[in-house]
Amino acid sequence: MRSVIINEVRHGFYLDSVALMRYSKTIASMDGVEEAALMMASPSNRQIMSDAGLLNDVSVDAEGGDLIVGIRASNTEAAETARTEANLILDQPTTSGLGEAWRPKSIRAAVKINPEANLALISVAGDFAAAEARKFLRRGLHVMMFSDNVSITDELSLKKEARDLGLLVMGPDCGTAIINGTPLAFANVVPKGSIGVIGASGTGTQEITCLIAQGGGGISQTLGVGGRDLKDEIGGITTLMALDALDADPDTCHIVLISKPPAKTVADKVVARIGASKKTFTVCFIGATDWDLPTNATFASSLKLASENALGGKALFANFDVNTIAKPASAAKVCGLFSGGTLCAEIQTLFISAGLSVMSNAAIPGVDTLSENSTAHTIIDLGSDEYTQGRPHPMIDPSVRDGALETAMADTSVGIVLVDVVIGYGAYEDPAGHLVASLGTSLSGSTLVIASVTGTDGDPQGRLSQIAKLEAAGILVAPSNADAAELALACLKLAG
Amino acid sequence: MKLIEKANQKALSRMLSADPVLIDVIPASEAIPDLKSHMILHAGPPIAWENMCGPMQGAIAGIAKFEGWSNSLEDAFEKAAAGAFDFHPNHHFDAVGPMTGMTTISQPLMVVENRKFGNKAYCALNEGLGKVMRFGGNDDSVLERLSWLRDDFGPAFGKALRSGDGIPLKHLVARGLTMGDEMHQRNVACSGLILRELAPALARTSSDNEELAKILAFIGGNDQFFLNVGMAMGKAIMDPVRGIEGSSVVTAMCRNGTEFGIRVSGTGDQWFTAPVEMPEGLYFPGYTEADANPDMGDSTIVETIGLGGFAMGASPAVAGFVGAGAASDAGNFTRTMSEITTGENPEWTIPAMDYLGVPTGIDIRMVLDTGLAPTINTGIAHKEPGVGQVGAGVVRAPMKCFEQALIAFAESVGVK
Repeated sequence: MRSVIINEVRHGFYLDSVALMRYSKTIASMDGVEEAALMMASPSNRQIMSDAGLLNDVSVDAEGGDLIVGIRASNTEAAETARTEANLILDQPTTSGLGEAWRPKSIRAAVKINPEANLALISVAGDFAAAEARKFLRRGLHVMMFSDNVSITDELSLKKEARDLGLLVMGPDCGTAIINGTPLAFANVVPKGSIGVIGASGTGTQEITCLIAQGGGGISQTLGVGGRDLKDEIGGITTLMALDALDADPDTCHIVLISKPPAKTVADKVVARIGASKKTFTVCFIGATDWDLPTNATFASSLKLASENALGGKALFANFDVNTIAKPASAAKVCGLFSGGTLCAEIQTLFISAGLSVMSNAAIPGVDTLSENSTAHTIIDLGSDEYTQGRPHPMIDPSVRDGALETAMADTSVGIVLVDVVIGYGAYEDPAGHLVASLGTSLSGSTLVIASVTGTDGDPQGRLSQIAKLEAAGILVAPSNADAAELALACLKLAG
Repeated sequence: MKLIEKANQKALSRMLSADPVLIDVIPASEAIPDLKSHMILHAGPPIAWENMCGPMQGAIAGIAKFEGWSNSLEDAFEKAAAGAFDFHPNHHFDAVGPMTGMTTISQPLMVVENRKFGNKAYCALNEGLGKVMRFGGNDDSVLERLSWLRDDFGPAFGKALRSGDGIPLKHLVARGLTMGDEMHQRNVACSGLILRELAPALARTSSDNEELAKILAFIGGNDQFFLNVGMAMGKAIMDPVRGIEGSSVVTAMCRNGTEFGIRVSGTGDQWFTAPVEMPEGLYFPGYTEADANPDMGDSTIVETIGLGGFAMGASPAVAGFVGAGAASDAGNFTRTMSEITTGENPEWTIPAMDYLGVPTGIDIRMVLDTGLAPTINTGIAHKEPGVGQVGAGVVRAPMKCFEQALIAFAESVGVK
């Protein structure tokens, strides 16, 4: 049988001879190929190719600046396959040869060198966040928007655009997500499991995922939606998409939804979506005492109850008895100083359901706004705007709490100072150590300090070592934020 | 948005499909019929005599004497100040010139024809290093060399080119990149390749062995000989890209020693200017930053087509020479420039970067979006006329040019 010769000429196509030799070798080693060469058509190269029996009429007019692909194969099919491969090699996008020192500055370049990336985390200043988010969406990436101060108009238009593209916009002001086991922004190291979490809040999501981990459960995915997603203006766009996603996810068996109580019209849509699913749900609308839900969903009024329900009704920290560590409070007032907004809200819920009067700068329904000369318990969210304008969040920089702590410890009407210690990725390297140092000698006074640590032992700071630091300093430590509320109530009770 | 992308793809494809060929060397008066006596073309955007920097004024005095429009340099200075000469940018006459960029009627100009589009562009011959007119040199030695270029070298070079079909440049540049040139600060490979292409024709068309030897030695002894060829090539490639409606691709960048100017395809021939910046770089022994003249010349046309600072990755030696950091970091300059360009040139590739094509087609939108100004590799002139080159370095195109251009561009596409 006679050999088949195929020639192809690329005019004005230059490649270095070393590269071409490499390509020639690849093509020549293909099945059915007897000989192959890719060469610039200089007279000497043409001679070489001619001697090798690689030229036919097609390349007669090729000149020095042209590239000749010459293939000799045992049959037409093999020759054509080799030609296709040669063209693929010649047309392949050149890789960037990325050096370690180089980091792209533009989204375009970043996406280009990471063609498989499908999620972008945005934390630029709010004014610019929407524009950056659009660039990612148009390149087909989901967006997690850590940035806050994004207008609700921008949020709505971004979410609509994303929905049309089948992409998720988590945020703005989305502090927590765990995607395929990777913690993003403020998140904790939790085991993989079958519980999916959708959160409109950051620390609430952290507390629930950590409590689930402590109860022996695991997390499939944790999706953030942003604090305003369930408002009327946004209509729950991301929440509904997240519900669709986790409903379709074979690794997710149970779904926890956590948010402030949503707008009625939005709640109806969300509840209807939950009712349409075959999976089971835990719904925790912090601040609400009950909610009308379909039979596959259970309402939980606190983060701890939500976690227990997600664990199939397993009681968490059953061995923890507040009475064994409770001490009588020296004065009647509790001052709560929280870095986590939802942890602050959970305390308010538990206090008002215990019949106490509470005031807060981030008041939930039934709680008063802050006022002077009130005897109500004061529960402060130090992460809210009035404390963080131009300053880092207290979870990043715990010194934001120092001044308020000092004031509370010196206030003789305050018998208990109640705090949270949030650890995990994104959080300060040693918040417990900072808290102890900040309290200093005031710890030897009569004011009780009660704390809980939101986190896991897998976190960089380590939950147990943080607890040990607090306990060594005489701080009363509860195993969860809800238990801290119980402990405070017990201390008040002991004081009569 | 889609229209802009489409227009930019059109601009890019015109750049990539260009076929520049060095075809001739002819007197400027022939090349540019509109160039008359007492007209002086200079580098950069338009500028008046009183705003010109020292080297530019020095070069003008020198070229006026060379053309016989003045008996002495002093006389030339006076005449220039009195308005005896018409000053125009090279760019307004299909030409470019390095540093001061003097172009006048009797100078020999190299002709590069873009055979894809039929347009031609011109650039004077490179004078070599040291005391030369492009750095503001104007003494007798400078003028004598210019006379030789005009009377002997230029005609011989032109004759040799006319004896064949010209020298196609695209492929030559591709090879130069693989040999370590970036075509702005390093042209040693391409200069050698040109000499190799040209030598047989020069020999064939020359009747005087001594003169031939002198010509060959002149090219062989000038590592930057190809710079001016590359610049004419750049101009020939970019001119067909001018005036594409809706395209935000930069068609020219140049400096007159006082101002930096850019043109953008979609806004036609309007210049967007801002004060030039000082290059950061390395100085020859005996000179410091205090001696340096601000950035100057039309040579930034090579960055406009993806060479020079954009092709730094091809030329690690230059990264060190211009003080841009470690040779191993050279590729980062190229990668960074790929963040502000429309595409890559598949024929001009950099072996050490896995055959990455040089970043091509500067998009003013991306420049402003990323805050990354084009990186330019440049020679540094002494600020006093006549001293010459004192160093080499890297300079950034001023952001203000791009800001103004973007506003005008936005208006051109109907965004107010």
